[in-house]
Amino acid sequence: MGFEVSQNGEVTLVEVEGQLIVGNRQELKQQVLEQLEGGDRKFVIDFAKTGYIDSSGLGVLVSLSKKIREQGGELRLSSLNEDLRTLFELTKLDTLFRIADSKEQALEGF
Amino acid sequence: MATERTPEQDLVLELPTDIRSIERAVDYVMQRCSSCSEQARRLDFNFRVGLTEALSNAMLYGNSRDPSKRVLVEVALQRGRLEARVTDQGAGFDPSVVPDPTSPENLSKPCGRGLFLMRQLLDEVSFNDEGNQVTLVLKLESGGILEGGVQA
Repeated sequence: MGFEVSQNGEVTLVEVEGQLIVGNRQELKQQVLEQLEGGDRKFVIDFAKTGYIDSSGLGVLVSLSKKIREQGGELRLSSLNEDLRTLFELTKLDTLFRIADSKEQALEGF
Repeated sequence: MATERTPEQDLVLELPTDIRSIERAVDYVMQRCSSCSEQARRLDFNFRVGLTEALSNAMLYGNSRDPSKRVLVEVALQRGRLEARVTDQGAGFDPSVVPDPTSPENLSKPCGRGLFLMRQLLDEVSFNDEGNQVTLVLKLESGGILEGGVQA
């Protein structure tokens, strides 16, 4: 379980490994907020290596998206598996985020 | 963590109020349930999500993160019904007043999706009168909620 942060030009890519749940959501929030405070405005969070996101994890993504938008930036998501996509559809959060099939697609034209 | 099996109770866990224990506890229950159904996705996804949310709610809101309080988890499988009862030591709440997180005014709020997910993914979700105990039921013989996508 962890987060890998890398820079792709102007875009900050965060890859979530394992699960994004109540036990580690603050770690992700802190990482992204530090980048935001450092001046980054374009973010992609990739879930290709993520097994599960709970409601707390979904909440952190909503919260981060709002904070990034307030700073004139954007948060995109990518690589949701079938289960994760179901969670986003059930909660209608698929209407709130721009979700790409892959991190490459998310980075394209960002 | 686990106590011995009784005829009507397949598994009983008593957990500390520590959110770090949730993942391990859910993994343990899922491991114990892995051989009880051919409906792997309903079990691995629906039940896992529901149980995780129930434990989170019990620790974060029920027990208010108080480490001196405990959460009791009772899991039973009988006649195709997988049932999990989660009890906290809090004052309880009224589940009927929890707002719909998918309504436009709530969509951007960071919390309030746990109970909604339980209700969407499990066949039955009920509370005791006090509001500090939730019972989740997954019917393993019925058609799948998630077959072919979201809700059938």
